[in-house]
Amino acid sequence: MTSTLPGTTPSYEPTGEVIIEAGHVTKHFTTPDGQPLPVLEDISLQLHAGEIVALLGKSGSGKSTLLRCIAGLIAPTTGTVACRGTAINGANPGVAMVFQTFALLPWLTVQANTEMGLEARGMPPAERHRRALKMIDLIGLDGFEQAYPRELSGGMRQRVGFARALVVEPDALLMDEPFSALDVLTAENLRNELLSLWGGKDFPTKAILIVTHNIEEAVQMADRIFVLSSSPGRFKAEIHCRLPRPRDRRSPEFEALVDQIYGIMTERTPEAGQQTTVVEPGLASPTDIPLPHASVGALAGLLDILSKRGGRDDLPVLARLLNFEVDDLLPVVDAAEMLGFAAVAHADIELTATGKALVEADILVSKKLFAAAARERAPLVKAIVRALETTKDQTLDQQFFLNLLGRGFSEDEARAQLDTAIQWGRYAELFDYTADNRELLLTGPEDEIPE
Amino acid sequence: MAGARSFPTRGVLNRPRFSPVDVIVFVVIVLLLFGVLRLAHAMNASTATARVTVISTRPSELPYYAARSLLRMFIAFFLSIAFTFVYATAAARSRRARLVLIPLLDILQSVPVLGFLAITITFFIALFPGSVLGLECASIFAIFTSQAWNMTFSMYHSLITEPTELDEAARMFRLTKWERFWRLDVPGSMIGLVWNGMMSFGGGWFFLAASEAISVGNTKYTLPGIGSYVQAAVDKGDLAEVGAAIAVMVIMVVGVNVLFWRPLVAYAEKFRVETSEAAEQPKSYVLNFLRQSRVPGYISRPLRPVGRDLDRATRPFGLAESPLRTFGYKRRSGDVAFTVVTGAVILWGIYRAAVYFDHTAGFSPFIRCLGLGFLTFARVAVVVVASTLIWVPVGAKIGMSPRLSRYAQPVVQVLASFPAILLFPFAIVIFLALGISLNFGGILLMALGAQWYILFNVIAGASAIPTDLRELMDQFRVPWRQKWRQLILPGIFPYYVTGGITAAGGAWNASIVAEIATYGTHHLTASGLGAYIAQATVKGDFPGVLAGIVVMSFYVVVVNRLLWRPLYHLAETKYSL
Repeated sequence: MTSTLPGTTPSYEPTGEVIIEAGHVTKHFTTPDGQPLPVLEDISLQLHAGEIVALLGKSGSGKSTLLRCIAGLIAPTTGTVACRGTAINGANPGVAMVFQTFALLPWLTVQANTEMGLEARGMPPAERHRRALKMIDLIGLDGFEQAYPRELSGGMRQRVGFARALVVEPDALLMDEPFSALDVLTAENLRNELLSLWGGKDFPTKAILIVTHNIEEAVQMADRIFVLSSSPGRFKAEIHCRLPRPRDRRSPEFEALVDQIYGIMTERTPEAGQQTTVVEPGLASPTDIPLPHASVGALAGLLDILSKRGGRDDLPVLARLLNFEVDDLLPVVDAAEMLGFAAVAHADIELTATGKALVEADILVSKKLFAAAARERAPLVKAIVRALETTKDQTLDQQFFLNLLGRGFSEDEARAQLDTAIQWGRYAELFDYTADNRELLLTGPEDEIPE
Repeated sequence: MAGARSFPTRGVLNRPRFSPVDVIVFVVIVLLLFGVLRLAHAMNASTATARVTVISTRPSELPYYAARSLLRMFIAFFLSIAFTFVYATAAARSRRARLVLIPLLDILQSVPVLGFLAITITFFIALFPGSVLGLECASIFAIFTSQAWNMTFSMYHSLITEPTELDEAARMFRLTKWERFWRLDVPGSMIGLVWNGMMSFGGGWFFLAASEAISVGNTKYTLPGIGSYVQAAVDKGDLAEVGAAIAVMVIMVVGVNVLFWRPLVAYAEKFRVETSEAAEQPKSYVLNFLRQSRVPGYISRPLRPVGRDLDRATRPFGLAESPLRTFGYKRRSGDVAFTVVTGAVILWGIYRAAVYFDHTAGFSPFIRCLGLGFLTFARVAVVVVASTLIWVPVGAKIGMSPRLSRYAQPVVQVLASFPAILLFPFAIVIFLALGISLNFGGILLMALGAQWYILFNVIAGASAIPTDLRELMDQFRVPWRQKWRQLILPGIFPYYVTGGITAAGGAWNASIVAEIATYGTHHLTASGLGAYIAQATVKGDFPGVLAGIVVMSFYVVVVNRLLWRPLYHLAETKYSL
């Protein structure tokens, strides 16, 4: 399996005992009209003692779903998850989890929150106080034992999250984007502290599995990185990362690895369903090619900056420049590519001729260019315009489109798709949406921009 | 490090061992316990004295009667909490139970509590023959039914909207069912439960006053209490004594608010899930006082091992988890069995009811009730419309002035809690003097209690309108019509809808005591469904009572579905600030 993945660097084989094993895990959700919606497809993964593994993917790649399958919080549709060789059927007894939003009980003090897992095991009070205080000490929360979570900053709250997870001495620590709710400096600080604890002897857990959408975070922390493709989530590449710790973000090896992963993540693969340049857009249905969730403003901003930087740039550089993470940047890049304003190859993005024209034009002309691109190349926008044109009063209830989208998307995603399309359609003055009647209506010729 | 930590901090050493605060708290607790024990003994008095209990109307007896009434209120309240815990948890955690429990709760909420009294009294008296306990139970049950449904809905709603990540954390850290309930479910529902409990408790006074003295089938049942005191005073035609009872009632409502609810509301702030602080922190002097005292600490310390033992004892009930993999056929056959059994029970119930009516009064009472129900419905509509026209402008004015609303809000809350039934004698005296028919006077009686819900909610809504929006309107010199249309009415709409539903519900319930009235030797009757139920109760005509209740519930449900639900939906989707 490993060697067949395109991005594999076969320099390292994990040697520790297998703690967690996921075998051929698939997960289907159900769309509103009862169709199965694949979220994960055939994922196999082993977590060994002594390693940090990162699951990296864009939003919608199912990485959090995979983590929850491994944690035993949700059931995979097919496939198994085993902890030390025993298949689980409920919360995984060998792991503890750190949550993106901390998930602390606001009515319990730091110490009581930390003791939660020990208390649930029925440990006597004296013993669990001792252990909790020791862990609170180790994680740098000394002096905050009696504070309530709402009195703490985000970084301190997440420390409580770590203390609560580590104090039960789990075989493996699962982390669901643990730093993404923190500001950049706090996140960096906490990440480094965690890594230095990991390097120490007393660290109470044997392996770490982290979900992230931050490429640099993955490269900084992980021994192995699995890159997931989007809808459905599949392993696109496995990258082994053996840089010596602590890792220097500015070293050429580090940057090369980041570049390589950017390349993999922006690369279009047929099964990812995003090959807009090859599939004739007129033939693709809106459920085959989803709209990337990018606002018109962000799209214009990206094209503008790209033009100022000479029409071509490196994606990691651009991301760092904008202080964007992959989740923020890639949808905008995808949108630019879908609409034909930019082309992406190997983590490089280049403005196309239309893109250049759009940047240089005044507002009315650029709207016209955007409208032309959207109704030609964005399948959902095109479908909406066509449907509205065929009705007598050029008006349709939004439910009509939500029902159509419900065949290929979950309820939330269908709503999000329509919202993006409405935003684009409004900007392009192709159609409008009235919130009162929940109807979409074609923008009449009298409203159209003059030639 | 550890050594330093075990030293008491300086504050502890400086504290006197027992401060005056502690003495006061301690004495109050002892007195409370003593009082409850004394009253509890009286609750089980022999019925030989009870059925003909002569309520003394000497004002010096009032404190005793008030204490008896208060105890009933609190017993009913704690029963409501226990019911809420069980029912809401079952509905939220079991897919199949939810299918039955939630619609059932919806119907129960629409049933007029007072109509039931005749049936429950008969039941409880049969349950405790020879003791006044049966009457006590019937009264407590009436109060309970006025409180429990609301609180249950509140907790159910909190449970199903529990944050996913807290649910996941609880499962991940392997909390047992019992631990999860007390660590996560109860604290998470606390704020909603306390606010709803306070409102329901306020509503409960009305049913307390109405349920202490009642005649069923020509037998007069009386319980010592403030409601029966007023009844006795009215029978004597002594308005001064009614006035004294009203004064005691006001003291009791205010006292319970200050000593019980304010501290609880302020305490519940601890359980706010949003990590940001609330804009305005509720404060309570009583709570601050208690927090200064060490008596609560002394009481809770010996209880802690009990809590641990309970944690341990409930361990066999298992983790708060259900297996991830279920077998499709097992689940489906369970569903089928459940549906068949539930369906059979419902059909059997309908069949039994039909047989019952067929053997007794036939189905003609239903036709009659439908017609009478329309008259009562018209009265309820007048109450709601008139209260709206009067109180929406007043409430908006008060709410938009922070100074006014600070004083008005507690007063209105007391007005809303005050059992209007105690004021009926005064109104009836006026009706008699002016020769007003109860057909119209009844509207006023129903409005006496119901109108305040609208005022209370409109004030709350108006004070929630952001100040900057109001300043903006003033700055643009927006004429008052436009200001009302574009800012004030949309702003208070969601609150008004809540107030309107509550007011309408209150008016329906009040119709049972407002459409028929006795003062001294005068009897007034209006034609309406409330009067029909009340008369059927006095006659001991159970089929009539049942038919009346069914039809009244039907009216309430239909109006809720056709009017309030759509308004509520509109308020939630369009006019939420």
